Amino acid sequence: MGAVTARALGLLSCHACGQLARSAPVALPRCPRCHAPLHDRKPASLATTWALTLAALILFVPANTLPMMTTASFGGRQQDTILSGVVFLWTSGSWPLALVVFFASILVPLLKILALLYLAASVQRGSRVAPRARTRLYRMVEVIGRWSMLDIYVVTLLVALVRFQGLATVEAGPASLAFGAVVVLTMFAALSFDPRLIWDAFTSDEVTPDD
Amino acid sequence: MHHLRLPATVIACHDCDLLQHEPCLAPGQTAFCVRCGAVLARSPADSVDRSLALVVTAAILYVLANVYPLVGLELQGRRVEVTQFAAVLSLWQAGMEPVAALVFLTAIAFPVLEVAMIAIVLVPLRLGRQVPGYGRFYRLVRSVKPWGMIEVFLLGMLVSLVKLAHLASVILGVAFWATAALIVVLTFASRAFDPRLLWEPAEAAP
Repeated sequence: MGAVTARALGLLSCHACGQLARSAPVALPRCPRCHAPLHDRKPASLATTWALTLAALILFVPANTLPMMTTASFGGRQQDTILSGVVFLWTSGSWPLALVVFFASILVPLLKILALLYLAASVQRGSRVAPRARTRLYRMVEVIGRWSMLDIYVVTLLVALVRFQGLATVEAGPASLAFGAVVVLTMFAALSFDPRLIWDAFTSDEVTPDD
Repeated sequence: MHHLRLPATVIACHDCDLLQHEPCLAPGQTAFCVRCGAVLARSPADSVDRSLALVVTAAILYVLANVYPLVGLELQGRRVEVTQFAAVLSLWQAGMEPVAALVFLTAIAFPVLEVAMIAIVLVPLRLGRQVPGYGRFYRLVRSVKPWGMIEVFLLGMLVSLVKLAHLASVILGVAFWATAALIVVLTFASRAFDPRLLWEPAEAAP
């Protein structure tokens, strides 16, 4: 069966409501049904994804090396990075939670950045390898990315709760800023990537690969 | 090519652009793209009534989650309790304005926007009125949706409580339970909502 895409027939599909519209030579075409802006592919998709992902990759370094929070208590002051926070949870016996934080704060952002770099690079090269698996990877990136906000929320609550002057206080560290930026940048990077670019490597007259 | 007429049931997959027929779905069924496996179309059962009931529940829970304290800490007779908003405020005052703004938007503002906008669309639909401009609201709901992260916020709360358990005794507040319930209700609400109601009001009417 030949695969016919909307683009091959000169149609634009509305990203908001799914309506198909004939592409017209207008500067800013709009969906006839819901009035959303229409475009063939997300505008400047690949360049935006590259830029945002690379920025996230750079900020991932200070996010992990700078202190996430500073705890002042009876004993003195203690600075914690994300990783030392995980180690603390692990050694204090709550290893399921240590795994959750390790997964959400270190593994998810790293894998997300690597996945976006791979997707952008493969589309750039016009790769025809495993389009279905790459589309699935993209959907996974979209779903899983939000969980890396975890550590930002933990710091927020600790700062607000541990305010016992003279006994214990918690301050947010500079890593929280970098880390928040990584989450936001990777989310925008995932939103700007257009998975249809993966499939554009296959022209309409060809048989669709199984995987 | 340009004069080709397509049947109304033809849709393009939003993930891979493949044109295919939208099957006639029974309530509760979901159609997937034959090429890339993306969700093509869903047909939630009894959409207006169910999602309206869930959205009203969500609105009540949202008020509880924001008015009552989330968690409290007790240390040597001293007690600290915080609401969600107070937590954001103390981060703001500690000089972390951008992070505080991020937490405010993702944990407080965007979830309420989502609930409010679904309600704005649903109430007139339930009353059988059709007001133009729904499309804009629905697009806003869609663009806000990925940024509401209360389920992550709840997990963050659990992690911080475990971290504090050795330091002080922890008291779970009303807002904690309200937030937990809110997550479940919101998930079901967005699953029950059928965006096709906005474009096909005549078809949806009983």
